[in-house]
Amino acid sequence: MMVLEIFQRALLGVVITGLVAPSLGIYLVQRRMSLIGDGIGHIALTGVGLGLLTGAQPVLTAVLVAIAGAVAVELVRARGRTSGDMALAIMFYGGISGGVFLVGLAPGRSNSNLMAYLFGSPLTTTARDLVTMAILGGAVLAVTLGLRPWLFAVCQDEEFAKVAGLPVRMLNLLLAVMTAVTVTVAMRAVGLLLVSALMVVPVAAAQLLSRGFAGTLALSLLAGVFSGVTGFFVSLGMDTGTGATVVLTAIALFVLLVLLSPVIGRRWRPMASENGEQPEWVLESQ
Amino acid sequence: MTPVLEIRHGAVAFGGRPVLRDLNLTVQTGEVVAVLGANGSGKSTLIRAALGLVPLAAGRVELFGVPQRRFTQWRRIGYVPQRIGAGSGVPATVREVVSAGRLAKRGFLRPARKADRQAVTDAIALVGLADRASEPVATLSGGQQQRALIARALAGEPDLLVLDEPTAGVDARSQEAFAGALERFVVGGGTVILVAHELGPLQPVITRAVVVHEGVIAHDGPVPQPAGHHAHPGHDHVHPHAPEEIPGFWGTR
Repeated sequence: MMVLEIFQRALLGVVITGLVAPSLGIYLVQRRMSLIGDGIGHIALTGVGLGLLTGAQPVLTAVLVAIAGAVAVELVRARGRTSGDMALAIMFYGGISGGVFLVGLAPGRSNSNLMAYLFGSPLTTTARDLVTMAILGGAVLAVTLGLRPWLFAVCQDEEFAKVAGLPVRMLNLLLAVMTAVTVTVAMRAVGLLLVSALMVVPVAAAQLLSRGFAGTLALSLLAGVFSGVTGFFVSLGMDTGTGATVVLTAIALFVLLVLLSPVIGRRWRPMASENGEQPEWVLESQ
Repeated sequence: MTPVLEIRHGAVAFGGRPVLRDLNLTVQTGEVVAVLGANGSGKSTLIRAALGLVPLAAGRVELFGVPQRRFTQWRRIGYVPQRIGAGSGVPATVREVVSAGRLAKRGFLRPARKADRQAVTDAIALVGLADRASEPVATLSGGQQQRALIARALAGEPDLLVLDEPTAGVDARSQEAFAGALERFVVGGGTVILVAHELGPLQPVITRAVVVHEGVIAHDGPVPQPAGHHAHPGHDHVHPHAPEEIPGFWGTR
């Protein structure tokens, strides 16, 4: 009975992660900021360290530190300075080093604990963890699915959204906060270093099949859950790390779709030239 | 009557270097104003400053009689940028892109009503893309993408349409479709400000031309007659376009 419960909790956690990560990741991909999730994951480790050191819930401290980091990243991005690139690097590496440092200071904590946070260990998911994941994951999905038209507009063309009078700053901050929450939700299942992969790879796979944004979003959730569940069972069968196996499954799905795309792609995505139109001259200006 | 746009003694500087100075421009309802000038003259910067996308170093801007900082009725303005946004890593259909232009009118967190969906359909039809509505924008030609952006601006039923180089690198068919859409917009009571390198088939629609030269408004009045090889009808516009900002050797000019 106990063993079954552990599996159920682990599987549920992986499914939640598979749904939540791509639903947020699609906006990062749209903005060509695919790697930001990885950086936020680095920053979140400092929060984990803080939690272990002070005896607070690591998930709670991780989400708070990750939110602070994500808001800082957003402020750097909004300024659009070239020096921002360096600022991000310092934040990300400071985050991961700070985490390792603090975990080292924490009493009675071993490296295996650190590994669990970095690469995930879904089998250690407690009932309490699962409730936290469900609540935070639900909040992320409410934003990413419920605000889709607005987040799409801002990520697709920020200047247009600004002139149209949309609450651009608020939406950007909301997206940053939700990125941090997603990282924390996914921490238990795939780990802080692999979170970003589940935000990006299912989206990359989905857009091989879809023509529009809504379609890509729906398919990427499907791809996320499929990779999560398949990877979970494969990792149990082969006794490999779950996080890594889930990510490899997602990548395998992507590669498979790339190989199949000459066959499927033609049906779903007619090229402009197939509509019998003359190619038009396009002068590049500026 | 309150002008749609009024700029008084406006100035713009990038990194301390003045780009535009002492701008004075008033646009009234129903006008179709072309902002002309060479590449790098600052003509795009002029309208970007008017919309608040570039901060003013001096002077003031009023939109519909309200100082720009306090202006809140942005839904009255439809903006058409030069190119589709840089953030287009995920495919999006023409309809999805055009729908984004309806959000300001629709209201934050409000679900789309029938009128919203109809406005999007109408805007797509107006620019002649009805048969491409469910195709990814990335598979359209440059001219068709530009038309999709115009449809996006029109979907919000604005009073003022601001277009940044809507005809640059656009094929003749798209230019004509665009001129037609513009004419219908003006007949419906709209005001237009557009930045252009040359006017082409748009010329008959333009009521006034503003020429930006070396950071100042050098001409404000009737459309100047094209000179040199530009004067030949149907001439090929093939000279290379210079980048907007040409930094000198030491980052100055």
